[in-house]
Amino acid sequence: MSGSDRTVIVPEAELRNAARSPGMLGRSIRKHHFYYWLMLPGVVYLLIFKYLPMLGISIAFLEINPFIGFKGVIGGEWVGFENFQRFFGSYFFGNIVANTFIISGLKLLFSFPTTIVLALLINELVNVLFKRVVQTISYLPHFISWVVVAGLAFKMFSTSDGLVNQLLEWLGGERLSFLGDPRYFRSVLVATHVWKEIGWGTIIILAALAGVNPELYESAIIDGANKLQQTIRITLPSIAMVISILLIFNIGNLINAGFEQILLLYSPVVYDVSDIIDTYVYREGLQQLNFSYAAAVDVFKSIIALAMVVMANFTAKKLEQEGLW
Amino acid sequence: MAVSISRGEKVFNGCNVVFMIFLSAWFIIPFVVVASTSVVGAAEAARRGGLVFIPQTFDLGAYQAIFAKGSAIIRSYGVTLFRVVVGTALNLLFTAPFAYALSKRSVPGRKPIAMFVFFTILFHGGLIPTYLVVRYTGLYNTLWALVIPQLVNPWWMLIMRNFFYTIPESLEESALIDGATPPMVLLKVVLPLSMPVLTTIGLFYAVWHWNSWFDAAIYLADIRRMPVQNILRRILINATEVINDNPEMLYEMDAPPPPDAIKGAVIMVATVPILFVYPFIQKYFVKGVLLGSVKG
Repeated sequence: MSGSDRTVIVPEAELRNAARSPGMLGRSIRKHHFYYWLMLPGVVYLLIFKYLPMLGISIAFLEINPFIGFKGVIGGEWVGFENFQRFFGSYFFGNIVANTFIISGLKLLFSFPTTIVLALLINELVNVLFKRVVQTISYLPHFISWVVVAGLAFKMFSTSDGLVNQLLEWLGGERLSFLGDPRYFRSVLVATHVWKEIGWGTIIILAALAGVNPELYESAIIDGANKLQQTIRITLPSIAMVISILLIFNIGNLINAGFEQILLLYSPVVYDVSDIIDTYVYREGLQQLNFSYAAAVDVFKSIIALAMVVMANFTAKKLEQEGLW
Repeated sequence: MAVSISRGEKVFNGCNVVFMIFLSAWFIIPFVVVASTSVVGAAEAARRGGLVFIPQTFDLGAYQAIFAKGSAIIRSYGVTLFRVVVGTALNLLFTAPFAYALSKRSVPGRKPIAMFVFFTILFHGGLIPTYLVVRYTGLYNTLWALVIPQLVNPWWMLIMRNFFYTIPESLEESALIDGATPPMVLLKVVLPLSMPVLTTIGLFYAVWHWNSWFDAAIYLADIRRMPVQNILRRILINATEVINDNPEMLYEMDAPPPPDAIKGAVIMVATVPILFVYPFIQKYFVKGVLLGSVKG
């Protein structure tokens, strides 16, 4: 064991030194050429499909003609911040920004605490097999596409024969047009989101719960603490850090309100309450072919998203000396 | 622990189990309703209304309709299989070597290259510029548009790199000292050890491909090249004709199935493979989630 260790340490140290001294850098690069070849395809991919679009943001400052092909894009006329001004001055600016944060805020409000409670309850299940079955079933919706979930939602919320309305009627209520009424549409978004992701969200919390020192519970039981007291005094403080970090990154991601979900479920009658930045960019850009204008709106979003993630990471680092990077 | 369980605790455990049963029902019932609807024929649907839990008759008309000659569903299934199989293979081919090379601590410049990857998570060109790149690279309206624009998921690549960090460098270096070349080390030493992470990330990509539809919706103009999710989407917006290349086919059937049965049948066809596979692959996903939540 120690013998093989010794043979290893020498070349590693040599490589480190080689990389450190500037004169040897070229040699070190040549020595590792195999690894650069391995990176090359991925780097080329990222350059074309991730970095080239970043350069393409410049179309937000151009007036381009989408109907004459590539020439129309590169031959665009410089218009400065005109597209941005048009967006900030339009009705849509306030509406879609508000919708984005209201919808994702509502989702966070309803899914975050419920996920924690569900994880705590699953953690209390005594029968291991039952626990595993419940977990497996709760993960199911995560593996289903939003198209299928939308199909299920159309069926469940249907005004004529949906289960939800049948239940409402049975309870003495009136049938509601959940998908077509601006008053209820956001609750459909929240409900389908919670349905799809609550089970999956418990994974990280359950992992944190599994890491709590069992001796803490043992001594608490000896001291006569009941389940509720144990939960409040031991469990929650033990997973507080994980929960805080999760919350911070969820807040940092509030600008993403669920593009695919909304695009599949909404319709013009509920645009007022459900049109978010992403759906607006999609309609303006790819349906109306206002490439420059849509790109400008998207840039606005990307910059806010970047700022929010950076702030979230900064906060997480402050809290735990550990962030995304 | 053999500690005696108090009565309060027993009550709590009982309530918890009952709650979990209701919760599981909440997850499953939508699938049950849709599955039942898919086998309810026109006569029974007219008699009992649209909401059926347990069908009285078992009418496979909707399935006959969607698999009939000229079926668009079968063709779209082919497209979906193409993107799952070829797409995932290419994903791994581009992601794994990249991740492995980035895990080599002695390679000069690997930190800036890792930042170059990570930056694409933080900032995007956005929908329109990406669309234009796909358009003007000639991928538009080809099946490659479903594969090439998403070759490397930077998150998953970094998860893979974190895995490669855990392979002891001593293993590789002793092979190098024994005269193996770096490519041989990769194939003979590293690859066999990497099967768990390749499976995990491969399944991430495969399920992603199976469920994706938005890229096909914007990069493909021809409905004949659309994957099954996109055909389902068309059907959901009340265009049941798209199940077949011959739109008249439905009206030529002896007893045409109700539109809801067709919708239900296509939902089932798009979902059943995942329903059968996910109980076996979920543990890899859980592993992936936990790997991703720990910084390497």
